[in-house]
Parts: sequence; C-alpha cells; structure tokens
Amino acid sequence: MSMQPIKRGLAALALLGLALPALADTTVSDAWVRASVPHQQSTGAFMTLTASTDSKLVGVASPVAKTVQVHEMTMNGDVMGMREVKAVELPAGKPVTLDPNGFHVMLMGLNDQVKEGQQVPLTLTIEDAKGQKQTIEVQAPVKPLTAEMDAGHDHMHMKH
Amino acid sequence: MTDLLTRRAVVAGMGVLGLGLLAGCNPARGLDFKYGKNMSNEILGRKFKLKDPQGNERTLSSFYGSMPMIFFGFTQCPAVCPTTLARAAQIRKLLKGRDRDLFQVVFITLDPERDTPEVLDAYVKAFDPSFVALTGTPEEIDEVAREFKVFYEKVPAGDTYTISHSSTSYVYDTRGTLRLSLGHSLNAQECAEDLRTLMEIC
Repeated sequence: MSMQPIKRGLAALALLGLALPALADTTVSDAWVRASVPHQQSTGAFMTLTASTDSKLVGVASPVAKTVQVHEMTMNGDVMGMREVKAVELPAGKPVTLDPNGFHVMLMGLNDQVKEGQQVPLTLTIEDAKGQKQTIEVQAPVKPLTAEMDAGHDHMHMKH
Repeated sequence: MTDLLTRRAVVAGMGVLGLGLLAGCNPARGLDFKYGKNMSNEILGRKFKLKDPQGNERTLSSFYGSMPMIFFGFTQCPAVCPTTLARAAQIRKLLKGRDRDLFQVVFITLDPERDTPEVLDAYVKAFDPSFVALTGTPEEIDEVAREFKVFYEKVPAGDTYTISHSSTSYVYDTRGTLRLSLGHSLNAQECAEDLRTLMEIC
C-alpha cells in the first residue's frame, strides 16, 4: 500500500521521460562527410533525420567550412539540377535522408582538406511547427571520396 | 599435312578476323547495346582541344587506340560527379585484360575557374590512377560543351555558385568514332556489359 504513491510517481517520471523529448525530438543517424582532395573547396555531408513532430531543418553550421548550405539535386532528363534550399521538411516520424541523390548538406569554402577517419562537427538547427528552434550537435565521420552512396542501388539492378 | 591444314586454317582465320575488324565497327551491323544508346549516327565532340593537368594538349586523336569514356562535371559537385567517377572505377574493375587496357576514363571540368589542374588531377586519380582530367579556359570549355551538346549552367548559391549539368557519359571506339552513351542511372554492371559488346566488335 505504501508503495503506491512511489509507483505512481515513478510511472509519472517514466511518462515524463518519454514525453519530454517527444515534444520536439529529432534523431540523426548515419551521418558522414565525403573526403576531399587537397585544395578542393567544398564537399558534401549526408545523414538521415527523423523528427518526432512535424519540423524543418532550417540551418547547418560547421567549423570546417566558411559556408554551409543545404542543396537539392534533381534529375531532369540527363541534366543534374542543383539548387540551394532554405529548409527541408521533416514530417513527424518519417525518416528523411540527406544523400547525394536529393537533399544534402554542402560544406563550402573548406578551411582544410577533409580526410578519411576525421570527425566533422555539424550543428543542425531544427524548427518545429510552433517555430521553436533547437540545435543538434552531430559528429560525422569522414568516408573516402569514392564512398558508395547508395549500395542498395546497384543491388536493385543486379537481376539482369 | 595437318601442319598445312593448320596453317591454312590460321590464315583463313586471320582473314575472317581481319574482315571482322574492318567491318565490325560499321554501325550498319548494329551495335546491340542492352542498356546504353547506340550513338554511331551522332557526331559529337569531334574537335575538342583541351589540356591535361600536366599541361599537355589533348584532342580526341590523343586517345586513338583506346576507348575513351568522356563525361563532364566539377570537383565541388557532391552528387552526380563522384557517383559517375566511382561507377567508372567500378566499370574498370569489371573489365578484364585487354578490355580494361582499352578503357580510358576522361573527365572534363565544367568549372575551370575553380578546378585548378592540381585539384582536378588529385580528384580523378583518387577514384582510379588511370583516369585523365581535362580543362581549358572558360571559353574553351564552353565550346567543348557545345560540341558535345552538353548543357551546363552556373546556379547562384549564397555568395558562390554551384553547377547544373548533363550527366551522360560518351564512349568512343579506338578510332575516335562515337559509339555509345551511358545514362547516369545505369549501374557499373550494365555499363560494363555494353562496353564489352562494343569491345568485342570494335
């Protein structure tokens, strides 16, 4: 009997623990940066973002580059189109992949060569539906310049 | 007697082979590509004159005797260019022996202002040391792009720019005749298969 309030308290705490980050929580997975060659001025950063509530990625910053932008790649016939976008929609619960074939982060004006094995700090700014901003720190490992971007792509076509 | 027969057979065989070599590249015979497009009736990129990172002048005839696969891009490109170069490196690995020796990847920059010869060279060679990069003045690049009917345009991005551009790769036979175009969506296996078709005949 005497346990009851404590249990209730624990349950409430547990709920709170679950509920708090759920208010505006965005998880980042599989972040990576493509290595550059000496004096190359820019490279790309890639990752998967999952927001728990409808949100937007509105900015990215990194100490390795003077300018960081989000670009969108589109194919129109055989023409690869590239443009800067101001925000990427992150619908609740839906993983959004930033990869070379769609939205991706461009690190432009690199201060130094980005080498395989390094970790690149990225600060993502996420805005929820209420306009509340939150920043997320990510350490993205550097993969070789030649890194496979979509290993699954090749397999899809292997049936021939 | 068997010696004679063998010799005859060899001579006859050589004749057939010789004829095959001569006639083989005739597009009338139809290069039966499975994935790429037969470009034998198109004339593209005949007259380019550019420089490799070492400063040597390169034209299509510089690549006679090999089968150049030419495509365009820029080193600050995060998407199609590394994908196409990585695919080219894979294709080269899939080709064996003589086929591999014939295959020559040529990357032409569409961003000569920012892609210095040093960056270009390091960039393509990071994918495969056999790859060649070509550059020129912005005017020369403009002309070459027109020659290849390659579309490209600078797109402002903040205080700098990025480039939208065509992503097709063009393959020539050993005598500099355009034969095959390979789209960006094909994978290395598919490209290698079409290249083998071309290499068998030409």
